[in-house]
Amino acid sequence: MTEKQFIITDEAGMHARPASALVGTVSKFKSDIQLEFKGKKVNLKSILGVMSLGISSGSVVTISADGEDEDEAMAKIEEAMKAEGISN
Amino acid sequence: MTAELYGIAASDGIAIAKTYRLESPSLEFDKKSIDDPALEIERFHTAIAVSSEELELIKEQAETQIGPKEAAIFGAHLMVLSDPELIGPITEKIENDLVNAEFALHEVSDMFMNIFASMDNDYMKERAADIKDVRNRVLAHLLGVKFPNPGLISEKVILLADDLTPSDTVQFNPEFIQGFVTEIGGRTSHSAILARTLEIPAVVGVKKLMASLADEIMLIIDGIEGKIIADPTEEQIELYKKRKIDFEDRKTALAALKDAPSVSADGFKVELAANIGSPKDVKSALENGAEAIGLFRTEFLYMGRDSFPTEEQQYEIYSEVLKAMGDRPTVVRTLDIGGDKELSYLDLPKELNPFLGLRAIRLCLEMPDLFRTQLRALLRSSVHGNLKIMFPMIATLDEFRQAKQLFLEEQEKLSAENIPFNNNIEVGIMVEIPSTAVMADLFAKEVDFFSIGTNDLIQYTMAADRMNENVSHLYQPFNPAILRMVKMVIDAAHKEGKWAGMCGEMAGEELAVPILLGLGLDEFSMSASSILKTRSMISSLSKAEMEKYTDSILALATAEDVKNYVAKLVDK
Repeated sequence: MTEKQFIITDEAGMHARPASALVGTVSKFKSDIQLEFKGKKVNLKSILGVMSLGISSGSVVTISADGEDEDEAMAKIEEAMKAEGISN
Repeated sequence: MTAELYGIAASDGIAIAKTYRLESPSLEFDKKSIDDPALEIERFHTAIAVSSEELELIKEQAETQIGPKEAAIFGAHLMVLSDPELIGPITEKIENDLVNAEFALHEVSDMFMNIFASMDNDYMKERAADIKDVRNRVLAHLLGVKFPNPGLISEKVILLADDLTPSDTVQFNPEFIQGFVTEIGGRTSHSAILARTLEIPAVVGVKKLMASLADEIMLIIDGIEGKIIADPTEEQIELYKKRKIDFEDRKTALAALKDAPSVSADGFKVELAANIGSPKDVKSALENGAEAIGLFRTEFLYMGRDSFPTEEQQYEIYSEVLKAMGDRPTVVRTLDIGGDKELSYLDLPKELNPFLGLRAIRLCLEMPDLFRTQLRALLRSSVHGNLKIMFPMIATLDEFRQAKQLFLEEQEKLSAENIPFNNNIEVGIMVEIPSTAVMADLFAKEVDFFSIGTNDLIQYTMAADRMNENVSHLYQPFNPAILRMVKMVIDAAHKEGKWAGMCGEMAGEELAVPILLGLGLDEFSMSASSILKTRSMISSLSKAEMEKYTDSILALATAEDVKNYVAKLVDK
């Protein structure tokens, strides 16, 4: 399993556009991918799950990937986070 | 059976086509026990698949017709349809509780909607509506009822609706929409303005419309008279086909006036300008012979987004319009938001009287950073064309001075950074609050121009909400009180060597134009589709003659008297 922390820097927090981009990115992978925020874990392949956390700007989230393609998945997640400008 | 209904003529023209009722279907269902969960789950997956196909199509259409940004919302809807945390619990519920798919879908989606609705952030709260939208689409397919897809209309139709919202209209393909008929709204409602922009006929405010007319029946819209005919006879269809041709011929004749100057019969030159809401409208403005943009509403830049537009994004848009207009003036109105026009990412307290509340310039002065960004973007874009700036909802001279001060400060900053801008931008105000009209003589010493916003000026002067049908009879453009104020503003401007324009719907009204010409109005800004007609009318009127009647008109007692008086003058 691989795990990484991100700080959400986008002023609007985790709003629909970046959330869709992130979910779209991870859905292609076989690994089980979870996002943890304030002790609550959700499936990162679920847009409703991610948005329901109401992640605001400045929050720290932990993303974990577990499965055969976990490393590749994590690399793509980092890429998407930067491309969408929600984390640096 | 043939039936005639009447409403308000909102956009010229005639259309004959089948009706398309745009309405939310009834999605009522009963909770049922089922015996074969596998079959029920399959039924559910089929409904999801059909809904996904529809959304894919809508998304594609929106991408090509409106742009990828506006289409993104449908991408998010699609993602909800394939969300494992939604689909999983629903199928589990069907399997474990042996309930019908409709019930399982409703329960699970309700849970998510409640989560979003209870968040303390307006943006997230609104996402509940997105889930509902998706849920209703799937429910409709489960129940086998028609779910309206305005984005998927692919034959010529006339839309019937209670009202049309901007989110409905972004989906339309104008190629197929022949006209609109709505139950609510007036000449200045969203659907009416849109119809004039698209140059398709519309009749609005037709009482009991949705209760009277069925789907897919033949309908004639007469947008000139404000009449619709359902199930017309053969003779009626023939008659209106002929009228349609006549109307189009007249339109072609007007098109010849496109490049002609706007001059009265006795040689007085005025400027005929267009009101626009986005860069997309510039094309139609120029095609209709606009000599200027008299009102560029900037609200669209701020709407349908998750956060404020950046300076760079605004700069791009303003530059696009200025470049397209070239030497022709473009009057940009700074942000007019707040009150009834809300932004999801701007958390403003609910107000009892939004029209009398924190909106437009009041909000901009309250949030100067927001305002400075817009001013800076405007200043930077000024090198690309002939920019003029006006502030909306000015009620006091202090407000104008404060706004102007911010404008000057941004100029200085840009100078210090060596960023080029035009040093001679005219800065004016909208006159839409009676206090400002009354004080126009003092304003005229400090502003570069006035633009009279009649829609609001009338509603504030008459204390009548133009959208409220119970008092809409008091919304009187021809009330002498309004005309006297208009005269005060024009006279005050001219005394100081400034110009006065008008950017409300009134500027293009047949009976108002002769009065305004007589009062000496310099600039008339209106829906692009009214420009050529107005140019033709002005060319047949004598300014000197209209001026002679001005005193008599302003001495009349009622709006009705004014209209009758002018109608007789014009007829002569």
